[in-house]
Amino acid sequence: MRNLDIVKLIDTTKCTACRGCQVACKQWNEQQATRTHNWGSYQNPPDLQSNTWTLIRFQEYVDSEGEFKWLFRKDGCMHCTDAACVRVCPSGALYHTEFGTVGVHRELCIGCKACVTACPFDTPRHDPKTDKCYKCDLCYTRLLSDQKPACVLSCPTGALSIGDRESMLKKAYTRVAELGGDANVYGDKFVGGTHVVYVLGEKPAVYDALPENPKMPTTILWWKNLFKPLTLIGMGGVAGAAALHYLTKGPQEVHDSQEGGE
Amino acid sequence: MTNHYIDLKNSDVILIMGSNAAEHHPIAFKWILRAKELNGARLIHVDPRYTRTSARCDYHVPLRSGTDIAFLGGMINYIINNEKYFRDYVVNYTNAAFLVNPDFRFDNGLFSGYDAGKRKYNKDTWTFQKDAGGAPLKDPTLTDPNCVFQLLKKHYARYTLDKVSSITGVSKENLTRVYAEYSATGVADKAGTECYALGWTHHTVGVQNIRSMAIIQLLLGNMGIAGGGINALRGEPNVQGSTDHCILYGNLPGYLKMPTASSTTLQKYLDKCTPKSNDPQSANYYCNYPNFYVSWLKALYGDAATPENEFGYQWSPKLDDGKAYSQLHLFDKMYEGKIKGLFAYATDPAVSSPNSNKTRKALEKLDFLVCANIFDNETSSFWFGPGVDPKGVKTEVFLLPAAATMEKEGSQSNSGRWVQWKYKAVNPPDDAISCGDIQIRLLDALRALYAEEGGPNAESILNLKWDYKDRDGNMDVPKVAQQINGHWTADVDINGKQYRRGDIVPTFALLKSDGTTACGNWIMSGSFGADGENKMKRRGKDDPTGLGLFPNWSFAWPVNRRVIYNRASCDIHGKPYNPKRKLLEWTGDRWVGDVPDGPWPPMADKEKGKYPFIMKADGVGSLFGPGMAEGPFPEHYEPLEGPLDKNPMSDQLNNPAIEIFACDLDQVANASEEYPHVCTTYSCTEHWCTGALTRWQAWLLEMQPELYVEIGEALAKEKGIRNGEKVKVSSMRGAVKCVAMVTKRFVPFTIEGKTVHQVGMPFNYGWLHPEDGGDSANFLTTTVGDANVFCPEYKAFMVNVSKV
Repeated sequence: MRNLDIVKLIDTTKCTACRGCQVACKQWNEQQATRTHNWGSYQNPPDLQSNTWTLIRFQEYVDSEGEFKWLFRKDGCMHCTDAACVRVCPSGALYHTEFGTVGVHRELCIGCKACVTACPFDTPRHDPKTDKCYKCDLCYTRLLSDQKPACVLSCPTGALSIGDRESMLKKAYTRVAELGGDANVYGDKFVGGTHVVYVLGEKPAVYDALPENPKMPTTILWWKNLFKPLTLIGMGGVAGAAALHYLTKGPQEVHDSQEGGE
Repeated sequence: MTNHYIDLKNSDVILIMGSNAAEHHPIAFKWILRAKELNGARLIHVDPRYTRTSARCDYHVPLRSGTDIAFLGGMINYIINNEKYFRDYVVNYTNAAFLVNPDFRFDNGLFSGYDAGKRKYNKDTWTFQKDAGGAPLKDPTLTDPNCVFQLLKKHYARYTLDKVSSITGVSKENLTRVYAEYSATGVADKAGTECYALGWTHHTVGVQNIRSMAIIQLLLGNMGIAGGGINALRGEPNVQGSTDHCILYGNLPGYLKMPTASSTTLQKYLDKCTPKSNDPQSANYYCNYPNFYVSWLKALYGDAATPENEFGYQWSPKLDDGKAYSQLHLFDKMYEGKIKGLFAYATDPAVSSPNSNKTRKALEKLDFLVCANIFDNETSSFWFGPGVDPKGVKTEVFLLPAAATMEKEGSQSNSGRWVQWKYKAVNPPDDAISCGDIQIRLLDALRALYAEEGGPNAESILNLKWDYKDRDGNMDVPKVAQQINGHWTADVDINGKQYRRGDIVPTFALLKSDGTTACGNWIMSGSFGADGENKMKRRGKDDPTGLGLFPNWSFAWPVNRRVIYNRASCDIHGKPYNPKRKLLEWTGDRWVGDVPDGPWPPMADKEKGKYPFIMKADGVGSLFGPGMAEGPFPEHYEPLEGPLDKNPMSDQLNNPAIEIFACDLDQVANASEEYPHVCTTYSCTEHWCTGALTRWQAWLLEMQPELYVEIGEALAKEKGIRNGEKVKVSSMRGAVKCVAMVTKRFVPFTIEGKTVHQVGMPFNYGWLHPEDGGDSANFLTTTVGDANVFCPEYKAFMVNVSKV
């Protein structure tokens, strides 16, 4: 996998929601569990958290023909080529790796939460305890040693696979052609193409928490061109990020994720 | 499984019924998906609830819990009426043509010979007519009104679409859709398979659920072929291995039968257990029963077992005739105060046994309880559980720390009968030792006591061959495995080949009843080669047939056969029915492919040829199965506790052959307004069995943190229950509090014209941990089991759900 433009393919139509990926992610990345409660769903934790970088979303859905479907979607960082988080990160904590994915230098993170507000997929999460932001790095160290990410390794049904962009997209489009109907490939046509690509059984708008047309906020482009070089100088980073936050989202509250426990 | 996991990929239609395969066999499920990719297979899920399995199948068909026989009976009717059966196969390889005793009757839900007082059948009329030589009389035209085929047709003609739909709650459209798609496999070049699990066994008609499917598979010619068979998906608890090694009270290793008191001599016992056939073309392989059994006695008692003392037969324990000793009986007698001590290794009956109030009260009546586990659980801690005053409990409890599976070496058997060796990864922590070592130390101590003080049945204990320790005093696992495989106990010469005392017996075909062989489990004979190779360790990846048999990977019992009854995949001349999936072929002098079910030529050779179902006395598959407790044809009976006061099929509401438990805590509320909803219990992917291991694993608990009840939207609306709120689920026997999960995945059924709601809940939780995770769903279930094997009816009983 070394030095490839890689893509992780998530074929939702082969997923059984066994959640091996969800546990494998926690295990490899040594993330603690949260003491959750059943909130009327199999989906637990209910959302991504600073200690939950991937989870399966469970969604009960009745299609236009009245057919009931239980949709499973593995949520997590999409690893955008044109990544808003990397653009806004004032400290260099978020960066593009040689695989095209978005890596995390956690020691550089200053907890400014700029990535949290900028991400069109609502992926990064801030942990107030450590005052740092967290998200999937597609098991960067595993990729370096030619190993599959933990989630891909754990998948029993072939719903998850990883490889070079060209072969993964070919696989995705072949699968979509087989499936027919509303099946589609999601991820290759926006934000410069994501390094996580879905085969979706239904139209994107059907899925919970999945933007139909994810875009980089235009203010970020403006910000980047004018101000970003300055922010890399010392404390300016924090102030700059706060300014960006205000510019892009207004004085909105960034929800801190649940604390790790147990 | 008659077949094996990988073989699922060879199927054209996979019916998943009585199983939630994707959730409980997530790894094996890939082979089901592979069938879809490779063959465009149809995947059909029939289940009361839409599950993660349904999500990956072509479609899901909801049916009311406990009505599988009605559903399958309708399919038998459809197959016969529409002539979808594989005639060549049915005539030659099943007992369809056999003529049944003219006194055999079926009337209003009862077969001939019923004794209502004993709730048992006299099976004298459940027999075949014989010719002068004692061989069964047959009518290959299948037209004689007394032949099995005609009786079968008559029996299932009653299972009309209207009737079945009204009982099961399945729409007629859905019934016809499943019947048509599945019965399309009744041709030579198609294979249909069935995957079931506890959804079929956990009923008072559990065995007959499976029998119904066996009938369908035989009618369609799906037994013994690649991509076919009846496949019990058995789980990680090593269910296959433990049943192979007689975890059930009525079995000895290798499914030999426990002797009963009336078999007063070895000869009487062997005469009773050894089937006879007067048909020269039937191999009747169980005619070797004495070889297997005497070799077992030799393994048990070693040199102390001699022909003069009936190889120690008199020392071996016997059951009382007509008495059962299942877990249901165990806790019933314990509750009565008649059992004083219990060893509960690697089990948590306070959560897993039905009717938890009774189970937990029963534990209080014990003098002592010995548990061995890797964690404390609700059984070892029952004495301070909810509502229990420790001061009032006299039971002395011992909790022995046991080694976990990866902390010990040994064999593990998967559903496909592959016995695979595994190695120890790490040493157990602190004082923990394997359950085998616990047994060895216990029996060592017991033998020392017997040697010193004597006592009742001292010979059974003192004459045991008991030398399974290595130099360090620990269990010598390879030695035990070799003893299971078998060895010679004397120097012998077989066809010019010399074997010496102690040499490995390489196959059960060489086992003897004269005391010259010892074998701990005949079906495992061949797991070691004559050269001492442990075949369970083999990891060869070659696949010469391309069907995924992988003959050099581990060892599959029997004799490395990957598909049981595989000679039925060929016609009577030995030509494969489906040349595209050639499992086996007769080349004129031998079989090529999988290890054949016996070396004999195919049955067209009237002189040397044999029928394919060699373990059956008659050599053919049983459409008519007189071995069952409740009748040779499966019949629909309602669960012990159900929504109807009358069985739509007959006046017999419940299975007439089940045993009724009637202590004060065994209350039943059939067709009661107070408990109007059908309930079923199950497990979930995230937890394992009672959760006694997985609830301590924070990552798993995070995903499924507490007890829940799944309720359809219609019922929730009726009751004003919101998703995620706490509710109480109660039955005649107990109640639990849990979270309501309101879902579209349960839909109401129309049963006999009335709306019936079904709910369901997992049984993975217990009070000990987590503190706020809820208690066992088994507070709700009934103490009742299958008429043949006493598997409890966890899958169908009645409850109410209310807001708290």
